[in-house]
Amino acid sequence: MAQAVLTMTDRGLYCAAGDFFIDPWRPVDRALITHGHADHARPGHRHYLCTDGCMPVMRHRLGDIVCETVRYGEMRRIGDAEVSFHPAGHVPGSAQIRVAVGGEIWVVSGDYKVEDDGLSEAFEPLRCHTFISECTFGLPVFHWQRQAVVADQINRWWARNMAEGRVSLLAAYSLGKAQRLLHLLDPAIGPILTHAAVENTNAVLRAQGVPLPDTIRITPDLDRKAHPGALIVAPPAVLGSPWARRFGALSTGYASGWMQMRGVRRRRAADRGFVISDHADWDGLLGAIKATGAEKLYLTHGYTDIFTRYLRDQGHDAHVLATEYGGEDGAEAEETGDAA
Amino acid sequence: MKRFAALFTVIDQTTRTSEKVAALADYFSSAPDPDKLWTIAIFSGRRPKRAVTTTRLRDWAAEAAGIPLWLFEESYAVVGDLAETIALVLPPAQSASDDDLSHWINLLRGLIDSDDEARRVAVLAAWDRLDTTERLVFNKLLTGGFRMGVSQKLMTRALAQATGRDEAELAHRLMGEWSPDTTSFTALIEAENAAADLSRPYPFCLAYGVEDLAALGPAADWLAEWKWDGIRAQVIVRGGALHVWSRGEELMTDRFPELARLATDLPDGTVLDGELVAWDGAAPLPFAALQKRITRKVVPKKLLAEAPVILLAYDLLEAGGADLRATPLSERRALLDRILAAVPQDAPVQASPLILALDWEDLGAARGKARQMKAEGLMIKRLSSPYHVGRKRGDWWKWKLDPLTIDAVMIYAQAGHGRRANLFTDFTFAVWQGNELVPFTKAYSGLTDAEFGQITQWVRRNTLQRFGPVRQVTPHHVFEIAFEGIQESPRHKSGIALRFPRMLRWRQDKTVDQADTLDHLKALLAQYG
Repeated sequence: MAQAVLTMTDRGLYCAAGDFFIDPWRPVDRALITHGHADHARPGHRHYLCTDGCMPVMRHRLGDIVCETVRYGEMRRIGDAEVSFHPAGHVPGSAQIRVAVGGEIWVVSGDYKVEDDGLSEAFEPLRCHTFISECTFGLPVFHWQRQAVVADQINRWWARNMAEGRVSLLAAYSLGKAQRLLHLLDPAIGPILTHAAVENTNAVLRAQGVPLPDTIRITPDLDRKAHPGALIVAPPAVLGSPWARRFGALSTGYASGWMQMRGVRRRRAADRGFVISDHADWDGLLGAIKATGAEKLYLTHGYTDIFTRYLRDQGHDAHVLATEYGGEDGAEAEETGDAA
Repeated sequence: MKRFAALFTVIDQTTRTSEKVAALADYFSSAPDPDKLWTIAIFSGRRPKRAVTTTRLRDWAAEAAGIPLWLFEESYAVVGDLAETIALVLPPAQSASDDDLSHWINLLRGLIDSDDEARRVAVLAAWDRLDTTERLVFNKLLTGGFRMGVSQKLMTRALAQATGRDEAELAHRLMGEWSPDTTSFTALIEAENAAADLSRPYPFCLAYGVEDLAALGPAADWLAEWKWDGIRAQVIVRGGALHVWSRGEELMTDRFPELARLATDLPDGTVLDGELVAWDGAAPLPFAALQKRITRKVVPKKLLAEAPVILLAYDLLEAGGADLRATPLSERRALLDRILAAVPQDAPVQASPLILALDWEDLGAARGKARQMKAEGLMIKRLSSPYHVGRKRGDWWKWKLDPLTIDAVMIYAQAGHGRRANLFTDFTFAVWQGNELVPFTKAYSGLTDAEFGQITQWVRRNTLQRFGPVRQVTPHHVFEIAFEGIQESPRHKSGIALRFPRMLRWRQDKTVDQADTLDHLKALLAQYG
C-alpha cells in the first residue's frame, strides 16, 4: 500500500513529503495555489507558489505577498515531492497541481472545465494514481451547450435590446466569467461598459496579454445616456441595485451554470439566464475522471455525496473529501462559488 | 410543438406582463385553431387527463438517460420539478418533429386506453423527437402541473388583442363547462352566442385590500358588508336547473344537495353572487365545518345535519334572464333584496346583511366586531359601481381584520419546490409547554428571498437530524406567526389548527425562551375559536 501523498488537515490538503499545502483555508508557511478565486487563494500565507499566469491576479487581490511562480509543466522539487502545474481550463492561469512522491502520483484538479474557452489555457488530462476532483455540477441534469451557441444567444439578446432601446446588463463573476463573456461578445453590436470590479481585473489580465475587447469603465462621472444600447458587464450583486437602475430601461441577464435550473433562474430575478460555466458538466466530469486512469478518487465541491455514490456504483474507489471550498451542496455552492 | 415551446420560452424569459401578452397575442394570431383552443384550455385550468403515473415516468426517464433510479430521484430533489428534471437528464433527441401542440396532446390522451408497454414506447419515442424545451412542455402536459406565469386574465387580454373582441365578453365566454372535446375555437370565441350554455357563470368581480380609506371620499357613496370566511360562489337558476360554481370555476352543485331546492325557490333566470357558509341557524360555523363538506362528493346525512350550508347572497348578476352587471350596485342590491324577500323563509339563501354606518369612523367600529360576527372583516363597495370582470382597482375593497399573531420557535425545515427548490422555505413551528416545544403549525410564506437564503445557510449548519427531506434543527430562531383564525382540531398534536398561517416577521431580537406558550395559544382559541 503506497503512502498517502496528500492528507487532509484542519488547514487544508497537506503534503508531508514536501511540507506544503494546496489551496489551504487557514494561514500556512507554504501554499501552492491552483487559481485566484477567493475560496482557493486566501490571504495570510507566508509563501505562495502559483503559475506565472495566475500571479498578477493574486497580487491584485491579496496585495504584497511573497509569491514564486512556475510555468505550466515545469517540474519543481519541494522536499521529497516533485510538483508541477498543468492547465485546468477554469480561468486564465488556473492549474491542476500534480504531486509525485516516490513514484506515487496524485493530482488536485482545483476548479476545471474541459471545453476550451479560447482564453484560458486548455484543460490537460493527466494520468495519476489518485485524483482529487471538484464536482460542483456533479448531477446528470447539467449538460452545457458549446460556448459558441451561448455566445450567439447573448449577442442576439444584446442586439434585440438595443433595437428596443434598452441597455443590456450582464451579471457575471468579475474574475474569469466576466472576461470569458467579454471575449464572446460581438463588439460590432455596440459599446461595452464595465463595472469597476470587472474592469480592474480586465486591466490585470490585459497587462499579461489576455486578449479582451475594448471596454469603457463606468465611473461616477460617466454620462450614462451617452451609450445607448450598450452592454454592461458587472458582478451579480448589482442586479436590482440603485447602481443598475440609473441606466434607465434595462434588460438583465445572468450567466452561470446554475441557470440550467429554471427555479434558480427565476429566483435570480434576471430577465434572461445564460447557461455557461467555468466548471465541468456531468459528462465533462466523468470524461475527465476516466482520462486520469486513477485508482482512487476524492470528490470535493458541490454534490459530493451523490456524485461519489454514483462513482462507487460504477466500480470506482471514490470518497467524499470535506473541504472548505464550496459548500455542502448546490445551493450553498451557488452562493459562495459565484465563479460557477 | 415548436410554436408552443417558443411561446413558453418567451413567457419564461420575461417578468414583464406586456411582453407576455404580446407573445400570447402573437401566438393566438398565428397558431392553428385546434392549438389555440388547447392553449386556452390549458391556461384556464382545463388540462388533458393524466394518462401516465409519475412513477412510470421516472422509471422511463432514468432508463432513457442511462442512470440508476436513485440518481434520478436525487436530481429531482435538487431541481424540484419533475417535468424539468426529466427534460434535463434525457440524452439529446435523435430527430426533430414539426407536429403541432394538438398532435402531442392527442397522442398523450390516446395513452389513457393503452397498456403500460405501449405507453412506455410512445413516451420514449416522443422524448426522442423533442428538444429540451419541447420536452419540458410535453412533460408538463403529461404530469398535469402546468403553471407558467400566465393567469387566465392575461391570456384573455391577449386573446382580445388577437381577435379584436371585447376582453370582458371573452372572459365570460371562457367561463363554465367546456373542453376542447365539446367545442371548437370558432364556437367558443367567435360564434354568435345565442345558444350559450345555460350553466355558464359570469366572471367573478374581485377586490383589492384597502390601502387608504380617506381616498375613498364620503362614506355615503359606499355600502359595507361582512367579509365572510366561506366559499365564494355563483348560484345560477336557468331553464329550471341549478348550477353552483366556485370562484375557481369548479361546478359544486352536487356537493351541496341542500341547495337543490333553490332551483324552484328562486325565479328562473336568476344569478346570485355570494358566500357559501356552514350555518348554525343564526351565524356561520367556523370554516373547518365547511371544509369537511368541500372534500366530500357524496355527503353523509350526519354531516348534512351538522353543517348545513346556505348562501349569503350579496349581488344579483342576472334577473329575469337579463344581464344586470352594468346596472349600478345600489339598484342590483335593491332588486336582490326584493327577490330574496319573496323566497320561502326556510330556503337556504339569505341576503348578506348591510352594515349601516354614518362615516368611516363608525365603520371602523363595526369592523372591530367582525370576529364576533364570525367574519374576517368588511367589504366596501361603491354604490354606483357596475359588476366588474375580475380584479379591478377602485370600486370593491376588502378591509380585513389585523391578523392574530404568536411568537413561535422554528423546529423543522424542508426545502421548497420550483422557484424555491434548493432553499429551505417550509418550516414547522412550536410553542412551549413547560420545557417542551410542541409543534402547532407550518408556514411557508412571508419572508423575502434574501431572508430565505440566510435561513437556508443556517439550516445547513444547524441540522440535528434528518427525516427524509425534513430536517430537525436546533431550536434557535423565533418567528412571529400571523393567522386569520384558530380552531380546535383533534387531528393536530397541539389540538389546534390555524387558518392561513404565515411568517409575519423574523424576530431576531428574541431568544427561544421568549417565544409564546401553548397556554397562550389556548387562550386565543377560547377567545376567537
